[in-house]
Amino acid sequence: MKITVNGNGLEVQEDIKHIKGLIDFLGLEDKPLIVEHNQQILQKEAHEKAVLESGDKVEIVHFVGGG
Amino acid sequence: MLETNRYQRQILFTPIGETGQEKLSRSHVLIVGTGALGSSSAEALARAGVGHLTLIDRDYVEESNLQRQQLFSEEDMRQKTPKAIAAKQRLSQVNSHIHIDAIVGDAEIDLLRQIAPKVDLIIDATDNFETRLLLNDTAQKYQKPWIYGAVVASYGVTFTVLPDKTPCLQCLAEYIPNNGATCDSVGIIQPVVQKVVSQQVTEALKLLTGNEAALSGKLIAFDLWENQHTEIEVASLRKADCPSCSEKRSYPNLAYDARLKTAVLCGRNTVQLRPQRKKTDLAEVAKELQKNNQIKLFQNPYLLSFEVDSFRVVLFQDGRVLIHGTMDQLEAKTIYHRYLG
Repeated sequence: MKITVNGNGLEVQEDIKHIKGLIDFLGLEDKPLIVEHNQQILQKEAHEKAVLESGDKVEIVHFVGGG
Repeated sequence: MLETNRYQRQILFTPIGETGQEKLSRSHVLIVGTGALGSSSAEALARAGVGHLTLIDRDYVEESNLQRQQLFSEEDMRQKTPKAIAAKQRLSQVNSHIHIDAIVGDAEIDLLRQIAPKVDLIIDATDNFETRLLLNDTAQKYQKPWIYGAVVASYGVTFTVLPDKTPCLQCLAEYIPNNGATCDSVGIIQPVVQKVVSQQVTEALKLLTGNEAALSGKLIAFDLWENQHTEIEVASLRKADCPSCSEKRSYPNLAYDARLKTAVLCGRNTVQLRPQRKKTDLAEVAKELQKNNQIKLFQNPYLLSFEVDSFRVVLFQDGRVLIHGTMDQLEAKTIYHRYLG
């Protein structure tokens, strides 16, 4: 299925069914992330419940410290 | 009286105009950190004609800074000039009509408490979250806007915190990384600094010229190398019971026990020690150290530096000490006590 992550198109396997699966797929599981799914910010507990569908828009942001 | 020709192109820009330029000339901005982000912000604001800049930085110029810290020269590196001083020297050449205060020291509670009430805005150009949380609570306490900015590798992130309007950094505390993920061990490219600063300075110009309605209001992040740009509306993350910005506020980050006496400088293989005593007589210390002919001393008006074993020790006038060559706080303390008392 095709989704958009941070503005770029991304083809993901059908076995990635929810936001948590996407975060694991992107290798970001250990980072504290602000995740927006179709313009709705998700709390971490909701990542496993938020079902991904074709055409979804996901924004993922993490804080960094450098300056 | 404004030098109209100097700022003419900026005055032609309608949202600023004569009135906005006059406001800029009467503005006072605190820039915390004068490394990559701070150098760039300071130059932009100085050129824009912000009348009063206060710069705080605890470090001095090193060779690895020159790739991205735009105010510094090879001569600053050779002289180990403190960054705040080197920045002021360069900025004074760029714009001699503005007032610049350069403070060589840690952005700690007492210092921020003296400066924050007098400024219109604070720009975050620090490299650690300990100081950012301190800035956050200081800004909330004195009702000042502050603009978070941070960079690593080709990634940058920024957000404008407005008292009583947006979430503050404490509201977003669960998203602050607590490990070495923020280290500059993965490097940094210079354009990402410019991009974060572009956002920070534009937000600053909007705030200072009374164009608050034009503010972004969003958390902005980008990865220049990956061609990604993201903006998230985070208003919903403002916490009704936030200890820093709600009605029940207690400013946990201003509590004295939150102050670190030693700090590992991320990614630099360096430990900073901040002893209780404040001022240090560098000449006195130099005289003592010279008795040991194993020690090669370097001195400038602001700091004293020497190498011993595999460590480089730098002592500042305000009593702070940097021990390069270790990330072990205990080892750093041992070196400190061995050579400096």
